[in-house]
Amino acid sequence: MVIEVRGIDKTFRVPRHRIDSFKERATHPFTPIAYRELEALRGVTFDVHQGEFFGIVGRNGSGKSTLLKVMASIYQASSGRIRMAGRLAPFIELGVGFNPDLTARENVVLNGVMMGLSRREAARRLDAVLDFAELQDFAELRLKNYSSGMMVRLAFAVMVQADPDIMLIDEVLAVGDAAFAQKCTDVFREKRRAGKTIVLVTHDMATVQAFCHRAMLLHDGEVRYIGEPEEAALQYFRLNFAGPGPEGERRQDGAVPDVNARVVDAWLEDEAGGRVENVEQGEPIRLVVVAEAMQDLDSGVFGFHFLNADGVQVFGFNQPLSAGGGPGRVAAGEQVRLRARIQNPLVPGRYAVRCMVSRDRDRRDVGLQILHLLEFVVYGTRPAPGVVSVEADVDVERPA
Amino acid sequence: MSEAAAELREVRGPSALGGGWRRSFELLYLIAVTEFKKAYFGTVLGYVWSLARPLMLFGVLLAVFTQIFRIGSLVPNYEVLLLFNIVLFGFFQEATLTAVNSIASQEAVVRKTQFPRLVIPLAVVVTAAFNLGLNLIVVFAFILAFGVGPEWTWLLFPVFLGLLFVLTTAVSMIVSSLYPRFRDVSIIWSVVATVLFYGSPILYPIEVVPDTLRDILLVNPLTPLFELGRMWVIDPSAPGPAEAAGGAVWLLLPAAIYLGVCALAVWIFNREAPLIAEQL
Repeated sequence: MVIEVRGIDKTFRVPRHRIDSFKERATHPFTPIAYRELEALRGVTFDVHQGEFFGIVGRNGSGKSTLLKVMASIYQASSGRIRMAGRLAPFIELGVGFNPDLTARENVVLNGVMMGLSRREAARRLDAVLDFAELQDFAELRLKNYSSGMMVRLAFAVMVQADPDIMLIDEVLAVGDAAFAQKCTDVFREKRRAGKTIVLVTHDMATVQAFCHRAMLLHDGEVRYIGEPEEAALQYFRLNFAGPGPEGERRQDGAVPDVNARVVDAWLEDEAGGRVENVEQGEPIRLVVVAEAMQDLDSGVFGFHFLNADGVQVFGFNQPLSAGGGPGRVAAGEQVRLRARIQNPLVPGRYAVRCMVSRDRDRRDVGLQILHLLEFVVYGTRPAPGVVSVEADVDVERPA
Repeated sequence: MSEAAAELREVRGPSALGGGWRRSFELLYLIAVTEFKKAYFGTVLGYVWSLARPLMLFGVLLAVFTQIFRIGSLVPNYEVLLLFNIVLFGFFQEATLTAVNSIASQEAVVRKTQFPRLVIPLAVVVTAAFNLGLNLIVVFAFILAFGVGPEWTWLLFPVFLGLLFVLTTAVSMIVSSLYPRFRDVSIIWSVVATVLFYGSPILYPIEVVPDTLRDILLVNPLTPLFELGRMWVIDPSAPGPAEAAGGAVWLLLPAAIYLGVCALAVWIFNREAPLIAEQL
């Protein structure tokens, strides 16, 4: 266990009428200051294990950022106890502490020391940081002349190279362009493999489901759920979309977005039926998905989306479960296997497959939850302009 | 995953020196050096300007007090004494006035990272100390040029600097940690600093002050401190703090206030440090 949080309360005392000066205090010396107690966190208890990618989700104002700040020693907990093992990156936002008047080189060292490195160590990792950020050529440029994208890259690079044992991250994946987000993604995978612990606060359920081993749902400062990311995401959606009416009523008419299915397994196959990680350019994509219905899928449809590294949806298709002699109806708890052979027009690069499951084609109640199936690389030596390569038959002749 | 799990350690929340001594010290050094560089690298004459301010003030005051009021002519080596005092008080004033909103102006760092709070006002004091160091070279060049010293008591000068540095730090800690809560600390302190400038023996030597007023001046811990500096560096025949106070016993009061300010600084800062992020 690397993080142990026990019964954390955090109460902000918010004066109803803020007293900002001595004069106000002096002119009303005997008026008691009226405080409103704002309970941002109540009895939050959880553990994070080593090498775990732990998600904290919740709506705005649920206390998730406050929790992160308490864990990062920025706020003092009102009561409770936190214990951690290892070096913590005390940053919850990228680029904090950057000084616009200093050069990138100076900022990297300063930031490294803030991250807990010694000055010598920070200087030693300077080149690695600049390489990672792809900013070697701009090392002597003052930060105020950097674009915001360059700044984010630099900040992320510092954090990665500082190599903390525990990272606390607040919505970091939301910044930067898609290519950079991809780089972040790769780094997180690598860190996860290296046994580092990452705590991520977000309200992007796709990220939680794609990365997190476990997730915790906070609501009104209390822990509502700790466990499977899918379940946490589901409960989050329920909270967000439940609306004012009684929950049961709304569920009946199908308006409450829900999780319709759970992915049991998903993989790519080669022609012989062996599992593969990657696909050669031009070869068909053989995708197999085993899903378990969480609801009765009366006339279920699976919608598949293929996204490239920039997050662009390259293509997609819908697959009704009734097609081609399929079972059509799948009851809750039953499993269904889809085996697809998909024409592959993709140019070499990295791709992700997602799917959304609808219960009933006619009622069009697509489950809001996006299921991440897998990621793969298309390899090949014929890069083409654009995002797909196509066969083109062209006749060339002189017009008569 | 392979190595044995590190030991769980208590997270104690934000504090004056959160993150350990070594990290605080390195941050202090880096920030003070960069601030110092930043202050001068953008300007054409750089450091010359930082010296220009005390020198201008010195020139004006010298003219006033030797040509108009003529106190200066009563005191041996008034010119060098005045310059010496102005530069040293300038350090105290510059550091404390800059420190007032130092924590508040570093809002992003305080609210978003686990930054040792004490480092922020301390860096201001250290930056001012770098300035002082450079200015003192000029001051001592003047002192020698005027044919004063060197005396063996110059060896005691670092003791004087140490005492001044500690007091400056203590005051900076108090004002910077109170400012996020009470914004008028900044106005109050600028007034108090001005009062202290005239209420310490900077422009005048202590022996010309009438007895009734002298008692009030001696409450101010800067008074015996500056008398000490004068005796050690400029004028070995100067009365010195004990004689000026009419007996060493009377020095207990400013000494107690000096220590009181230091204790207060530690107490207030430790009390406010965990809460600063919430109050900004």
